[in-house]
Amino acid sequence: MDGPDVGWYLIVAAILFGIGALGVMLRRSPLIVLLSLEIMLNAANLTLIAFARQHGDLDGQIFALAVMAVAAAEVAIGLGLIVAMARRRMLLDVDQASALRG
Amino acid sequence: MGNFLVWVIWFLAAGACLGTGVAVVSMTNPFYSALSLIGNLASLAVLFLLLSAEFVAAAQVLVYAGAVMVMFLFVVAYLGGRADAPWAGGPPLLRAAAVVAAAALLVEVVVVLGLAWGDDLTDPSDVSDSFGSPAEVGEVFLTDHLLAFEITSIVLLVAAIGGVVLGTTREKEEETA
Repeated sequence: MDGPDVGWYLIVAAILFGIGALGVMLRRSPLIVLLSLEIMLNAANLTLIAFARQHGDLDGQIFALAVMAVAAAEVAIGLGLIVAMARRRMLLDVDQASALRG
Repeated sequence: MGNFLVWVIWFLAAGACLGTGVAVVSMTNPFYSALSLIGNLASLAVLFLLLSAEFVAAAQVLVYAGAVMVMFLFVVAYLGGRADAPWAGGPPLLRAAAVVAAAALLVEVVVVLGLAWGDDLTDPSDVSDSFGSPAEVGEVFLTDHLLAFEITSIVLLVAAIGGVVLGTTREKEEETA
């Protein structure tokens, strides 16, 4: 394999996951929390694909594709929730949205 | 020479990946955050290509950077000024705890990587040129992982129904809104 070893990709994925986790915990806008979640999912995808390359096994890439499908579903639901919150004139702040009242 | 070029591309892609990641988390305007995430996804696609995952890289750009992010930008546009997300708010202790927790996660992963370095993470296995091509991925998907493939379609269907249900306004809501 030309270029860096798989370990270097894993380090990038680890840092990316840390950045995403920081965003999820630090930011209060549901939109930015969703975007940070995407970063975390993608960091996990990078790890899966790096190990797929390391072991020469396509199963990791299949898993990454499944993660992408689940991420698309998650974004659809998350954005639907945010639009529903905005329509009810709720404050767009994840700390304020703590009641499950319908 | 070819090896050197791969390292250069790797450094550019990894740097862009981390830089845009930080931008996503630190922007106060969600529009710029979403744009940074598109850059993040594109540079990740380059890393996927270097790992000979061609089909996943293409799907990443088409599905993620294309479809999902367009949906995101539509919602940001719909919300308008309300979507702005200033940093203010939240007890300082909570923010400090978030930083500590994220740093702890990062340290854990790096320590695990350091322990595994040398045994497992060098000498990648030899793969053929068609590794990760649409044909090979499709074959594995439709033979070994057929159940996962079908369940994925159900997950997407349920998400689509959920999105429609969440997006539908009831008349009572319209009156109060």
